[in-house]
Amino acid sequence: MTGVRTTALACVVASLLLAGLNLLPAGSALHLPDFAVGLAGKYLAYAILAVAVDLVWGFAGILTLGHAAFFALGGYAMGMYLMREIGARGVYGNANLPDFMVFLSWTKLPWYWHGFEHLPFALLMALLVPAVLAGLFGWLAFRSRVSGVYLSIITQALTYALMLAFFRNDMGFGGNNGLTDFKDIAGFDLHARSTRASLLVLSALVLAGALMASRALLGGRFGSLLTAVRDAESRTRFLGYRPDHVKLVVWVFSALVAGAGGALYVTQVGIINPGEFAPAGSIEAVIWVAVGGRGTLSGAVLGAILVNGGKTLLTGLLPELWLYALGLLFILTTLFLPRGLMGLRAGGMRRLSLRLRARSDAGAGAAP
Amino acid sequence: MSVTNLLYLDGVSVSFDGFRALNGLSLLLAPGEMRAIIGPNGAGKTTMMDVITGRTRPDTGTASFRDEHDLTRLDEPAIARLGIGRKFQKPTVFEQLSVRDNLLLSLKGRRSPFAVLAARRETSEEGGRIDEILAITRLGEHAARAAGALSHGQKQWLEIGMLLGQDPELLLVDEPVAGMTDAETAQTAELLCSINRRHSVIVVEHDMEFVRALGVRVTVLHEGSVLAEGDLASVSQDPRVIEVYLGR
Repeated sequence: MTGVRTTALACVVASLLLAGLNLLPAGSALHLPDFAVGLAGKYLAYAILAVAVDLVWGFAGILTLGHAAFFALGGYAMGMYLMREIGARGVYGNANLPDFMVFLSWTKLPWYWHGFEHLPFALLMALLVPAVLAGLFGWLAFRSRVSGVYLSIITQALTYALMLAFFRNDMGFGGNNGLTDFKDIAGFDLHARSTRASLLVLSALVLAGALMASRALLGGRFGSLLTAVRDAESRTRFLGYRPDHVKLVVWVFSALVAGAGGALYVTQVGIINPGEFAPAGSIEAVIWVAVGGRGTLSGAVLGAILVNGGKTLLTGLLPELWLYALGLLFILTTLFLPRGLMGLRAGGMRRLSLRLRARSDAGAGAAP
Repeated sequence: MSVTNLLYLDGVSVSFDGFRALNGLSLLLAPGEMRAIIGPNGAGKTTMMDVITGRTRPDTGTASFRDEHDLTRLDEPAIARLGIGRKFQKPTVFEQLSVRDNLLLSLKGRRSPFAVLAARRETSEEGGRIDEILAITRLGEHAARAAGALSHGQKQWLEIGMLLGQDPELLLVDEPVAGMTDAETAQTAELLCSINRRHSVIVVEHDMEFVRALGVRVTVLHEGSVLAEGDLASVSQDPRVIEVYLGR
């Protein structure tokens, strides 16, 4: 976990820089176009999801293929607030019901939409709903000692089931179209440059917070215990530990982080729909972490930003090639960079120090 | 408080797919006792340890600890917390962690994830205890190394050290000298004898020299039940034991 603090700081500084460049007058040579701010914000939200995936995959050995579910649930919670915030400015001008409900000829707000008109409540739910679902899921799975590929498959099933559920119109979350057409957040216009710049910086701050909290969690004795559980789970039982409880703590914390990422994502992308639950999305998140370097936290951030940057470029230039490129990237990483880009760095350092040592040995002369 | 039996197995039977690994096994261990268990391969030694530590539920029979805890109703962590520690035949240590961190995790203390979260780094008391164990197990100079980098014999000792850290009332030790040199074997026998001053021990071993060096009461297992029990000299005179070990 070297350099986690540096990574956190770098993200915050970079976001401040980008926001600053965006606020320069449009004629300036250094002016950053608005769409770039939105993109950067999206990448940072994805980086938060990647940190969540790395927490459980890199440090607890749980290969999750369904983490986008927690991300999307956080996103929906925030989306619900943004929908309520539209108020009477919707197409149908109904102050009490979001447009899609009016369209479905609903007459009153479903009970689970109450409270979402308040931002603090929605924020709490964006963290709490993923955490509670993760707690329930993890408690059942870990207690039954489901692990390895079987666990990965159920995480896929979890996110797939949620996707199907959210596609249904009568679930009350906008069905296929999801939630969109947001106007403002806490009274600030979501399309205003200053709001978008603030959201970008906020995303960086949350990412930095998630990194530092993870570092604190993993740095102490609990981190050692987690490594022990990852590498020799049954041995920890004979020491009196309950590995299922240990895994549950990280799993729930990770879902919470993913939920925060999802909430920030929606404010900057402007839409949340059931497509976010698609199993492929969770698999992509795993690829980001693999590319950056599993079990390093910084690598997760790096991988999320680089792979998504590549995705933006390639889907713009050659959209039909993106999935092949992603697949190839994953294969090449697995074959040649098993420890990801961070491993490259560590490997480079080791080679360098070996070379230096060899040189100093040679310099010390032939005497043994 | 007078506990007459530390461990009491009565008529324990375990079958795997029709194979009777344990067949009406009964065993009594007094507090403070050290017992050596010998027997040919497949005699049920490891299954017996599995039953005591909660890894395997017996089909029939009872297993009680300090005459008050029914071991057949508890799982591994609960039994470990009661005070039964186990060293495996194949040394299993946490390879990525340092020797010191391995010992730190093993130290007696609260086991809930939140207690571990709150504990953070080792206290001076814990540090002192770890240093003591490092000295006993002769791993002092390796404290900062990753456990995975230790030699086979050192891993065995580290695992014994982790048992000491747990400070259990009863230690189960499965083939501690497999793969050790003669000198290491002799040292391990000494170590177990010194451990026995404060803990009860059950040791499973094939190596007769080692068992002789321990000089304790011996139980011979065969086909899942007790064939003979007594000191090594009398047991090795027993014609049935000779038959099992040398015959066929």
